[in-house]
Amino acid sequence: MSGPSKYTPKSPFARWLERRLPILSFMHDSFVAYPTPKNLNYMWTFGAILSFMLIAQIVTGVVLAMHYTPETSLAFDSIEHIMRDVNWGMFLRYAHANGASMFFLAVYLHIFKGMYYGSYKEPRELLWILGIVIFLAMMATGFLGYVLPWGQMSFWAATVITNLFSAIPVVGNSITTWLLGGYSVDNPTLNRFYALHYLLPFVLVAIVAMHVWALHVTGQNNPTGVEVKDEEKETVPFTPYATLKDAFGIGVFLVLFAWLTFFAPNYLGHPDNYIEANPLVTPAHIVPEWYFLPFYAILRAIPNKLLGVIALFSAVIIPAALPWLDFSKVKSARYRPWFAKAFWVFVAVGVGLGYLGSQPAEGGFLIAARVLTAYYFFHFLVLLPVLAKFEMTRPEPASIAASVAAANAVVEDAAHV
Amino acid sequence: MEGSRVSDETIAEPKRRDILFIATGAMAAVAAGAAVWPLLEQMNPDASTLALASTEVDLSAIVPGQIVTVKWRGKPVFVRHRTALEIAAAENTPLTDLPDPETDAKRVKKPEWLVVIGVCTHLGCIPLGHEGDFDGWFCPCHGSTYDTSGRIRSGPAPSNLEVPAYAFLTDTKIKIG
Ligand code: HEM
Ligand code: FES
Repeated sequence: MSGPSKYTPKSPFARWLERRLPILSFMHDSFVAYPTPKNLNYMWTFGAILSFMLIAQIVTGVVLAMHYTPETSLAFDSIEHIMRDVNWGMFLRYAHANGASMFFLAVYLHIFKGMYYGSYKEPRELLWILGIVIFLAMMATGFLGYVLPWGQMSFWAATVITNLFSAIPVVGNSITTWLLGGYSVDNPTLNRFYALHYLLPFVLVAIVAMHVWALHVTGQNNPTGVEVKDEEKETVPFTPYATLKDAFGIGVFLVLFAWLTFFAPNYLGHPDNYIEANPLVTPAHIVPEWYFLPFYAILRAIPNKLLGVIALFSAVIIPAALPWLDFSKVKSARYRPWFAKAFWVFVAVGVGLGYLGSQPAEGGFLIAARVLTAYYFFHFLVLLPVLAKFEMTRPEPASIAASVAAANAVVEDAAHV
Repeated sequence: MEGSRVSDETIAEPKRRDILFIATGAMAAVAAGAAVWPLLEQMNPDASTLALASTEVDLSAIVPGQIVTVKWRGKPVFVRHRTALEIAAAENTPLTDLPDPETDAKRVKKPEWLVVIGVCTHLGCIPLGHEGDFDGWFCPCHGSTYDTSGRIRSGPAPSNLEVPAYAFLTDTKIKIG
């Protein structure tokens, strides 16, 4: 947003409020008058979808918390109690569990959109980094939540993830003990995980607010990657244009969410998590939730404890460096033919790693995971800088208006033929 | 502002007020540290967790070849009655074959009895007995294998299964812890 507010209070109460707390003009400028590029496609609805999912997780989470008990001898039973006895409890729990999956689906698509259209580039570097921080906080929240039902997968996920820290030289074991509140995952662990699982989503709300704030300072990127030059010609007001498009996007997304929740509520879960946690038996095949699989594959690909853990954390953090690794001035992949190819290969590698993370780490799977892990880092550390330096880019349109006019001309030509 | 002038003068010649600022700042830092310490320290194992119980195990019921798992400090401990073959395999392995070299003799009090903490030194899963290439243990999580002395042989785990403190009370009874 720039310039003075376009909002003029109409009612006496609005005028009274505005003089004391200009919240109405703030809301108006942020969500009504806010100019959005008129060439945005449906990939730009994921911001709204993500905001919706965060609120949905908080609402379902708070009501689940009214029936859940974070104590090792009662936790598993309290989940069964929610499933069988609590009014609508089964629906609420399935909505929360599948909501986490839908939340991650949306965030991955949102991140991929940013990568394809170069949304991380100047002046949006900080906006991008805040996005990665949100992703990290989501991962932490999802992991902590998954421990709460106190099934076998909950217990062993907690064990493996907290033990990642034991790889740190010298202080590692003390850190793991500190995180667990004991020498193995037990009641103190469950208790604190619950407290943090309740806390982190609200921290997320605060980071999301900063993310949106930064967005509203720089303005949105758009499919051409060319910045808005003429606000009059190239943008439309957020309401009704973006509001309704976002609402439609959320609606379509909800169809998928509802289908999962009502027709396949356990499709993404693991049967082992319906067995109560047993500290003396590790399930034969432990796998994390699908949204952690690519990183899990990277961890297992490396036959050394410390290096494996370093690779895992680097893989999660490295996208934050994109604004500097990909220093090409051309933002959108539309005008970067080689970058566009590299992007799709990267997506395929990510999906491939996800698949390998779900398979046992042996034989051909292990070799493939090593190759794809190497490629993952190659993409960021070698390919992107090299492309940024040497790629022959196609000419960008002079402006969003020019690009829209050209597209319309093509459509009209087609109509004449 | 006056602030910047004050700091310029500080370099030339410290005033009584500067000493006061530094002293106050130092005390504030100590106080902040003292306030944060309990907030962090409360997460460490509490008194009830620290009061480690010890566990006694009756060995007379464990037949050769059998592994019994007992719980100690919330963790599994494997008590393995090794067969002559298993003992020989453990003793005859050259140290150069071991990622974490340790002789079998150092890991047992009596050759027939191997007592180790049943927690994979990679990321904490519980290895499965009588499995893996060395017939010791195999960890299902990320594929580490251990031999009949509980020593790491392959996979991502960095070190051998830990030997807990234990003592023979009688020929057929041990006390762990
Ligand atoms: C960022 C938002 C959130 C995410 C991604 C998330 C994720 C999860 C996940 C993956 C589970 C395990 C579900 C299962 O397999 O059963 C879970 C459980 C739980 N969450 Fe959340 N959660 C979020 C917010 C919240 C909030 C704000 C609360 C409020 C206190 C909450 C309370 C609970 C409770 C009580 C459980 C245990 C019940 C159950 O497992 O179904 N969650 N959460
Ligand atoms: S925990 Fe045993 S191999 Fe990873």
